[in-house]
Amino acid sequence: MRDGEPLIRWEWIGDHVGELADYTGIHLRLGLLPVLFGLIISVPLGMLCHRWRWIYPPTLTAANVLYSIPSLALFMIFVRYTGLTERTVMIPLTLYTLSVLIPNVVDGLASVPEPVRQAATAMGFSTVRRVVQVELPIAVPVVVAGVRVAAVSSISLVAVGQLIGQGGLGYYITRGLQLDFPTPIITATVLIMLLALVTDALLVLAQRLLTPWARGKGATA
Amino acid sequence: MIRFDAVSKNYPNGTTAVDELSLELAEGGITVLVGPSGCGKTTTLRMVNRMVEPTAGTVSLRGQDIREIAAPELRRGIGYVIQHAGLFPHRTVLDNIATVPLLLGWGKKKARARAAELLELVGLPGDMAKRYPYQLSGGQQQRVGVARALGADPPVLLMDEPFSAVDPIVRGELQAEFIRLQKELHKTIVFVTHDIDEAIKLGDNIAVFRTGGKLAQFDTPERLLAHPADDFVADFVGHDRGIRRLSFVKAAELPLREGTVLPADSPVARARALDEPWVLVVDDGRRPLGWAAVAELPDGGTLADANLAPLGHTFSLVGDSARAALDAALLSPSRLAVGVDAEGAVVGVADAYELSAAMAEDAAVGDAAVSDTAVSDEAEVRVAKSDAGGGER
Repeated sequence: MRDGEPLIRWEWIGDHVGELADYTGIHLRLGLLPVLFGLIISVPLGMLCHRWRWIYPPTLTAANVLYSIPSLALFMIFVRYTGLTERTVMIPLTLYTLSVLIPNVVDGLASVPEPVRQAATAMGFSTVRRVVQVELPIAVPVVVAGVRVAAVSSISLVAVGQLIGQGGLGYYITRGLQLDFPTPIITATVLIMLLALVTDALLVLAQRLLTPWARGKGATA
Repeated sequence: MIRFDAVSKNYPNGTTAVDELSLELAEGGITVLVGPSGCGKTTTLRMVNRMVEPTAGTVSLRGQDIREIAAPELRRGIGYVIQHAGLFPHRTVLDNIATVPLLLGWGKKKARARAAELLELVGLPGDMAKRYPYQLSGGQQQRVGVARALGADPPVLLMDEPFSAVDPIVRGELQAEFIRLQKELHKTIVFVTHDIDEAIKLGDNIAVFRTGGKLAQFDTPERLLAHPADDFVADFVGHDRGIRRLSFVKAAELPLREGTVLPADSPVARARALDEPWVLVVDDGRRPLGWAAVAELPDGGTLADANLAPLGHTFSLVGDSARAALDAALLSPSRLAVGVDAEGAVVGVADAYELSAAMAEDAAVGDAAVSDTAVSDEAEVRVAKSDAGGGER
């Protein structure tokens, strides 16, 4: 770092508010769309794993193996097919969410008490209706717990995508490093952390509103 | 109404849950399936709504083989209550109760109106409608479970140990409430329990199962206590079945004497003249005031001047059973039970010996002659068995 350069130049932030906002939007999209896609994949997969237990161990192992591949390597693999686009960042991030989301869907479905499942059957729910109207809603708190972890990790991982030029706020981190200029690095880092925290808080709030019936579980413990 | 024809349920691992069961359950009554764990009573219950499919035989409902009805459709016409209520935690009390009407496509408004009616029927305040199951006590949850089962007014109710997960006081309340409801609704109810006392209290008919899924006896509670089919049933019913049987003898049939009943204005001399250790003192309306010990009466005056021992409790000739009468005799200071009529006026008194003689006479009607030795042998065996398995009941 150059001598006399302050950690933060506030006027730089003032000059770049519009641009920072744009990159924040991009960052959110790159971080959260993979969680949504991950859910779309994990819910049916988790249901299958719940229904046929023997599918679960190999599925989970596969998801964990995917998670163990360094992101850099995955980006390089997908660059061949999808080029330097946002998709190249989002596909690996989507795959990463699976190792958190699939077990949470399975655990969520397993959290449905057996008497509740039986009562639903005995009331005359068809299998599909029972899953959609009884089992999945009851699984929501456990699934949301997984979504929180996936969302926070995904938002912080987006920055790595800057290696192929698609890193959202990660742009400022590499820029700052190149220019030996700490202000954008610190600004982007703080913004990414804030995004993660706010997203997490919003998910908690959403869950409260969505599942008022689950409040007792924490309260009685 | 519900008919089992040579129904068996065998599992691939070789266990037989139900073995060649043939049983016909009357319409509008409570049939209790009772037996030790693993006797197939719950399996039997679940075969009625196709939660379990029999391996052999047929189950029919109003003459129709239930396999001809699609399972979800069949189940919407049969109420189901289970031990831990199994309420849907994510639905409010009202929506839980509205479950079956909603499945039947009644529409939200109509279904909820019906649910509100049922909430009241099972004795819960209307402001509970919007609560979630976790905010309810075990007993309240169980009431909601019953209301939910009644949702679409099904003619048949299946109840699988519905009251066994709550404490004894709440259980008593729920049982009483259940009896009251049934008087109003006249459902055909199949009720599973492992508790013979509950079976006797609630059942119009009782089917006792033995381990291995065999029906040991199907009878009224009264006959089950008086004539257990074999040692297994006698053992299961318990060695105090003689006492419990008294619940089915009406107090009105007991002989009472009124010689020892005197109004409070009677002179003491009259009490002495009776040559009895105790006299019952009554007021102008013949309502009992208390017992006077003749030996401790003052020298003169009337019985109103005497110190009276408290009554203990009386039994009513309208509504009470011989069991209440015997209990009254045992708890009375004079060892005499006081029988009163509907207005509370004394009809007469009797001691435990007189009561038991009358009960024996009542029980002897239709009794097959059983020799004294056989009875006492049986009793000894039962005592030994219940000692060995003491922890179980």
